[in-house]
Amino acid sequence: MALPNHTPLNYRIWHYAYLTFCFLVFFFLIAPLFVILPLSFNAEQYIHFSAKMLALDPEGFSLRWYEDMIYGTKNPWGLATKNSLIIAFFATIGSTILGTVAALGLSSRHMPYKAAFMALLISPMIVPLIISGTAIFFFMAKVGLAATHTGIVLSHIILGTPFVVITVTATLSGFDHSVTRAAASLGSNPVNTFMKITLPLIMPGVISGALFAFVTSFDEVVVVLFLAGLENTTIPIQMWVGLREQLSPTIMAVATCLIIMSTLILVTAELLRRRSERLRGINR
Amino acid sequence: MSKEQILSSDGIPLEESLKKAERKNKLKALFLVAPLFLFILIIYIFPIGDMLFRSVDDRMITKMLPKTFKAMENWDGQDLPDEPVYKAIYEDLKYLKENKTYGKIIARLNYEKSGFSSLIKKTVRKLNKIEEGNYKEQFIKIHKRWGQPEYLVALKNTAPNWSYAKYLKGVDLKFDENRNIIKQDEDRRIYKTLWLRTVNVAFWVTIFCFILAYPISHLLATLPMKYSNLLMICVLLPFWTSLLVRTSSWMVLLQQQGPVNDLIVWLGLAADDNRPELMYNVVGTFVAMTQILLPFMVLPLYSVMKTISPSLMRAGKSLGGTPLTSFLKIYFPLTIPGIGAGCLLVFILAIGYYITPALVGGASGALISNNIAYHMKSSLDWAFASALGTMLLIGVLAIYWVYNKLVGIDNIKLG
Repeated sequence: MALPNHTPLNYRIWHYAYLTFCFLVFFFLIAPLFVILPLSFNAEQYIHFSAKMLALDPEGFSLRWYEDMIYGTKNPWGLATKNSLIIAFFATIGSTILGTVAALGLSSRHMPYKAAFMALLISPMIVPLIISGTAIFFFMAKVGLAATHTGIVLSHIILGTPFVVITVTATLSGFDHSVTRAAASLGSNPVNTFMKITLPLIMPGVISGALFAFVTSFDEVVVVLFLAGLENTTIPIQMWVGLREQLSPTIMAVATCLIIMSTLILVTAELLRRRSERLRGINR
Repeated sequence: MSKEQILSSDGIPLEESLKKAERKNKLKALFLVAPLFLFILIIYIFPIGDMLFRSVDDRMITKMLPKTFKAMENWDGQDLPDEPVYKAIYEDLKYLKENKTYGKIIARLNYEKSGFSSLIKKTVRKLNKIEEGNYKEQFIKIHKRWGQPEYLVALKNTAPNWSYAKYLKGVDLKFDENRNIIKQDEDRRIYKTLWLRTVNVAFWVTIFCFILAYPISHLLATLPMKYSNLLMICVLLPFWTSLLVRTSSWMVLLQQQGPVNDLIVWLGLAADDNRPELMYNVVGTFVAMTQILLPFMVLPLYSVMKTISPSLMRAGKSLGGTPLTSFLKIYFPLTIPGIGAGCLLVFILAIGYYITPALVGGASGALISNNIAYHMKSSLDWAFASALGTMLLIGVLAIYWVYNKLVGIDNIKLG
């Protein structure tokens, strides 16, 4: 941002101080993530930058922690990844279907007590996870679903739906209802109208809600910590356990993989957001 | 003036048929919301209700010592009770011993008054030697505490079905022998500190987030699209990254031999052999939580600032305002909805934070959620965990209510 030539000196100082401050904050936000990447390629067993690494000596780097992550003996990551993916998959499907259907109802002009319903349906996002975890644990223990995948999936559906409801409601807020009426007047039944007209139009919102639900489930640790038995361990649980014992380079390798995954999700989410804005005719 | 009704094509008055259509639409909307509503009601709202119920539920011991409490009903609690009470205790304990379920009452009674554990264990062990008649004397012979009225009063105090004693414990109060509410013993007063620390951390994290987020949101909102989109990645990438990954990166950074400490030593702020402890204390909690919650402040601020037209500031300047006055009088007031939304959101999230304080907070940086988890998983005092959870929940719901009034829950924006 170039300043005009006639800007007085004190404003210039202000302006550059402001830009420096902003730069530092962006650095504070993003830099911690990049500390992990080089450390995961560390040839040594300790979590710090060895002299060889700093000198960019190839000997200072290795893939041994990635090997350990994949082939390591008594390695929990395989089972954890499998569980995490299974749980997140079903939780995403459940949250997306329930959330989208509810969002359709909530966006209707005729919905009574809209604000109250909305507040209730969003509450799992607001209530601290530790409370949700406690309450859900009591419930799952009572109905015999503690330490089962089903129990964890059900609780993740609860935690994921608020995101779907929010994103789909936001997409529907710019939705032109005359197109569904047009479809109806041309003889389409409601289900057909939804599948052929409404759903394609709100698809970006649905998918970005689904992404949120997926990440919520994939990253969730508090509720799983209460519910999971040994066979239900997930990636976050294994990271939690590992971090409580000691920082190991293998965890850095896992963390690097997770950062790559979140980058991919971020790119997808951004593309979807732009597409959705284009579809809704919002040009900013 | 005669009321003429307009009829629709099938002969029904239009007004009525409109009402019918409205009702149908209403039901249709409700029908769509119903599945999620019922799902959340059954798996979420009822369990939370159950948690509230557990925090005051004290029926277990009442059921296990029925005869004792019945015999104690008429006892005034002054001198030692008479023979029938001891006989009832004997019968109850004998029944429990036969069913091997007396372990539960030991834990419960020990919460009430320490010393019950050895008392009950010893009595149960020697129960077979007790002969019929003269129970009182034999009991006191087994353990002298049966002859101390305060133990029997404590036993009687556990009789009611419902008790809010767990809530008193949560705010460092307790019942004394005569059911008066008094302060907890000095060395057991930890909850006031814990609550204050939790609110304190949440408050300061919110303030830090605000100070850091305001300028960058402004920059993001005023830069041309192609630059701001790039910088937005710095906000969104941490937002989408696993919480545990972000916490572990802070553990790497803040450890004693970590980069932050290296920098401090290099700058000469501390000696190499006297590196400051940045982790496992409240400093670590502050730094890590601020970075982790920062995106939740930036996003609402950004979405509000984006809607403020730059011409407003130009108008302010052209009317003779200095940049500072135009900022304070024009820009800042317009961003207040975003500030409200961001601060409340960050505060709500911070007050219930668990993972980060548990990993980088150590003992002095632990918050109330860590204590709830401790009682759930280690001490297994679930009633107390429920009581603490309920107290936290009430606080959060109060803020949520304010948030809903001020911002409107349907105005939350994600990404």
